[in-house]
Amino acid sequence: MSDSENVSGANTIKLALAWSFVGIPLIWGVLNTLTKAALLFQ
Amino acid sequence: MATAAQADSGGLLHWLDRSHTVAKPGFSRWLVPPAALCVHLCIGQVYAFSVFNLPMTKLIGITESAPDDWKLTELGWIFSIAIVFLGLAAAFTGTWLDRVGPRKAMFTAALCFGGGFLISALGVYLHELWIVYLGYGVIGGCGLGLGYISPVKTLITWFPDRPGMATGMAIMGFGGGAMIASPLSVWLMDYFSSPTDVGVTGTFITMGLIYMFFMLVGATIVRVPAQGWAPEGYVAPAESKKMVTTAHVHVDEALKTPQFYLLWGVLCLNVTAGIGVLGQASAMSQEMFPGQITAAAAAGFVGLLSLFNMIGRFFWASTSDYIGRRNTYMIFFALGLALYAAVPWTGQTGSIILFVAFYCIIMTMYGGGFATIPAYLRDIFGVRYVGAIHGRLLTAWSTAGVLGPVLVNYIREYQINNGVPKADAYSVTMYIMAGLLLVGFLLNWLMTPVDKKHHMTEAELKASMEG
Repeated sequence: MSDSENVSGANTIKLALAWSFVGIPLIWGVLNTLTKAALLFQ
Repeated sequence: MATAAQADSGGLLHWLDRSHTVAKPGFSRWLVPPAALCVHLCIGQVYAFSVFNLPMTKLIGITESAPDDWKLTELGWIFSIAIVFLGLAAAFTGTWLDRVGPRKAMFTAALCFGGGFLISALGVYLHELWIVYLGYGVIGGCGLGLGYISPVKTLITWFPDRPGMATGMAIMGFGGGAMIASPLSVWLMDYFSSPTDVGVTGTFITMGLIYMFFMLVGATIVRVPAQGWAPEGYVAPAESKKMVTTAHVHVDEALKTPQFYLLWGVLCLNVTAGIGVLGQASAMSQEMFPGQITAAAAAGFVGLLSLFNMIGRFFWASTSDYIGRRNTYMIFFALGLALYAAVPWTGQTGSIILFVAFYCIIMTMYGGGFATIPAYLRDIFGVRYVGAIHGRLLTAWSTAGVLGPVLVNYIREYQINNGVPKADAYSVTMYIMAGLLLVGFLLNWLMTPVDKKHHMTEAELKASMEG
């Protein structure tokens, strides 16, 4: 069985797309949370 | 009992079958965590459902509640029903999920969770609360349960070398989902609101469609490894370590072992303590530091706790791959006990920084408890039925979801009725939570490997793989 760790070019694009698809909303949520949490220390 | 082959359906739904999800050579296993995150980031919305409560008390009155508007107490049941059905669906669909594979389960979860929103939108539009209970509570709750457990076994199979990290990544999404859902819900309600509408119907429809789409993307990406696949350089241990078995225990047999009930108690107590203090975090911060922490700052504090809840899921589950699951829970209970007991002291010293820091660490361990349990189950019961066993164990979560808030609210009310000042009423609550953690510590300390008489034989294992 070929190993999945050897990431081909096509796989790299798929990985970038898949992680961006979940990562961008998550980062947006985290930034929103941190902005509101900053009030705690003002 | 249906076999895997029989479970394969024909026609258009053929794509959903397990046989169509087997990864081709060259597939990167790192595509599976984002597939799981697609589902968990969506269903994590349940923690942010309370943002709808106040607007839903003004559906008729718009600017303020009218006599026929729904009451907050009635609306509180939507979340509770959803959590109960999460536990029930996880418990009763684990074996089915194991048979049909992750794609069909994730697809069903998407239809249930997204559909639950759409049905609830109809309930809001018609102003029929029972339709919302049915939509978000029952159907959406089933989507929550199915979605929660659907990627767990798949991830453990793809990452036999780092099962804690893999499941931690997915379950981290459940913690992070609320951080996306909360501002998104507020923004959408603002967008759809008008002088005659608070905007909940439009928001429910939009969120239902967005979540359904996101979860279906996850179902499309997900793959299971081919039989016998292993990551490069990974050699499966030939013999069991003390607390990591190489054998497999059938889901029905697991229920006959004391280990299942010890782990049930461990999860239940960790979650009870966490939910208990999470629910009162906002009020507690304002009452322990009057004039220093405003309502807006308290809302920020709750958001910060969500962030640490999410971080803890990944951090502790990954750490457990190195220090062991039992030791990880030992830390949760021992450190948690000290921190819960020390929180009242931070109020007495007036240190907001220490108060926030202690609370944040507590929240990492609350999240870490959820994220580490699948790998703990895998260590104790083996991989074969870990998804189904995890589903059954999640009834501990439903129990804690009721027990935690009830315990905290009852203790607090009792103290205030007996003349204890509000700011001091939290001390006893925190000490009792610390006591629960002590019990959890003892249960975890009692954990031993499963007796070999419960292990599946080679023939049983082969039959279960074929069937």
